[in-house]
Amino acid sequence: MLGLEGVAVPLGFLLSIMSTVLCAVYGFVNWNRGDRVEELDPCNPQWEGNETARNICRDTRSS
Amino acid sequence: MSIPLLAAVVAVYLCIVAYLSHQAFRATHSAADYMLAGRKTHPFVMAMSYGATFISTSAIVGFGGAAAVFGMSLLWLTFLTIFVGVFVAFVFFGRRTRRMGLNLNAHTFPEFLGRRFQSKGLQGAAGLLIFVAMPLYASVVLMGGGAFVTQILEVDYNVALFFLTLIIAVYVVLGGLKAVMYTDAFQGSVMFAGMVTLLLFTYYKLGGVTVAHERLTGMKEIAIATFGARGHTGWTSFPAFASEYWLVVVTTIILGVGIGVLAQPQLIVRFMTVDSDRELNRAVLIGGIFIMVAVGVAFIVGPLSNVFFYYENPATEGQIAIAAAGRNVDQIIPLYISQAMPQWFTALFMVTLLSAAMSTLSSQFHAMGTSLGRDIYEQALGQKGNSVLINRIGVLFAIAISYFLAWGLPILFEGGTAIIARGTAIFFGICAAAFLPMYFGAIYFKRMTLAGAYAGMLTGTLVSLFWILFIRINESRPLLLCKALFGVDSLAEGTLWAVVDPLVIALPASILATVLVNGWGRPVCEQHVETCFRRIA
Repeated sequence: MLGLEGVAVPLGFLLSIMSTVLCAVYGFVNWNRGDRVEELDPCNPQWEGNETARNICRDTRSS
Repeated sequence: MSIPLLAAVVAVYLCIVAYLSHQAFRATHSAADYMLAGRKTHPFVMAMSYGATFISTSAIVGFGGAAAVFGMSLLWLTFLTIFVGVFVAFVFFGRRTRRMGLNLNAHTFPEFLGRRFQSKGLQGAAGLLIFVAMPLYASVVLMGGGAFVTQILEVDYNVALFFLTLIIAVYVVLGGLKAVMYTDAFQGSVMFAGMVTLLLFTYYKLGGVTVAHERLTGMKEIAIATFGARGHTGWTSFPAFASEYWLVVVTTIILGVGIGVLAQPQLIVRFMTVDSDRELNRAVLIGGIFIMVAVGVAFIVGPLSNVFFYYENPATEGQIAIAAAGRNVDQIIPLYISQAMPQWFTALFMVTLLSAAMSTLSSQFHAMGTSLGRDIYEQALGQKGNSVLINRIGVLFAIAISYFLAWGLPILFEGGTAIIARGTAIFFGICAAAFLPMYFGAIYFKRMTLAGAYAGMLTGTLVSLFWILFIRINESRPLLLCKALFGVDSLAEGTLWAVVDPLVIALPASILATVLVNGWGRPVCEQHVETCFRRIA
């Protein structure tokens, strides 16, 4: 294929092109998909009882 | 080379970089700005920055030179970098990393791990590993940039190294990740244009796509006569199965980099810089095309340079690329550019390679600096202060270490060892072995424990180091420790194990250790897991 020898190198060439096409198609199809996730506000009272949120809130304030 | 032309092109390039850096500096106010570019990066900037960070002078000069020796079998790495490095990374790792990073308010990759497993010790350990290992990678990228500047401008290597480091240092220290990503996007665009032009020129010069490949295939006997004993079967075919060259190509170059890309701290942090999954989806399209061009062209042009040097260039007639470059693998691409391309393209390519070096280096310096400043000093050691200033000092310190390594490494390693490609592959391999099982477990398994995370990281790191210091002869020989302790260059000297990459051994060992020890560890509390996996399916 295209002057390349054997199977392995032409296959690598082909797979490179196919994976590029895969990325292009995926990106195109999902161009407008994907919600924006609001940032967790660790200092929000909603997370008051959550130890993780409390620690993050404390770290954020101290830095 | 026309010096006024080159000076004009470089001056315009540096002015644009300076403008972008200034804009970033003005927009950097908080720790999130400095470490995560404010979490609102445009998908084009994010994708180009990811690609430009990934593709350095290592990929173009180092791996392009290696391809001139090993041949087009390296196209398999192009496939892995696109499929694993972009598609798998963005679709299966990126989305979860972005959401969990937000849930945990993580600013760096070690902080992401530390908060996921509720351990500042783990954050410090991961930061320390990055800070210790990444200078090797940064220094070989610096060497690649320095080598090209040296070749084109005919200046001293140390002078080139100094000014290259100085320019990058200014904008990374001042502008943080915003400056890094803004300039990356510009530099990535320059790289894309430069690589496309290089490919078109090369095929045009050698008679077209199929003719050029056929001429290279016709040089098969020369390749076998030169490297046949080590497994070479020609530049357009794969090395002989299980031969020395097959092991280097498959285990070090293809797997080392192709798998290692998933666990690169400086790349992972980019997933946390966008504000929605939509930006990640868009970046898949842009990143896939960019990587195809940036990596694929180097792996096609490198082998084809043999045709040019052997048949087309009177000064090197009858010599293959490695011979024409004085047996220095890292000089093959710079020599090809300076002898095969028109003067105006040499100037453009100079900027392309400067872009490749600067985009990767700026991200490396930033990752190392924040590891020192944020993960080790602020979090693991619990020190307080102006976060942006602390991280700026960390970046400066990381730059100094990388600079001195880049200055010293060429003295330790001879040019023919392709130190740029090998250094890159070693770092990618260590990252994969140390971080990949823990990172994968962190975003996919709610029952992953801190003990499992530590076990994987320690096992991956120690097995990698053991293999580098005592088994893999290309590294163990110049490092001399094995010789000093056991009187031999490698404990596996004379066997094929001496050329096997550490990743092939260390990654399975790390996975095994993670799985085995995970069951013994104390589970992370359910409430914390709920926070981590909030809005992650």
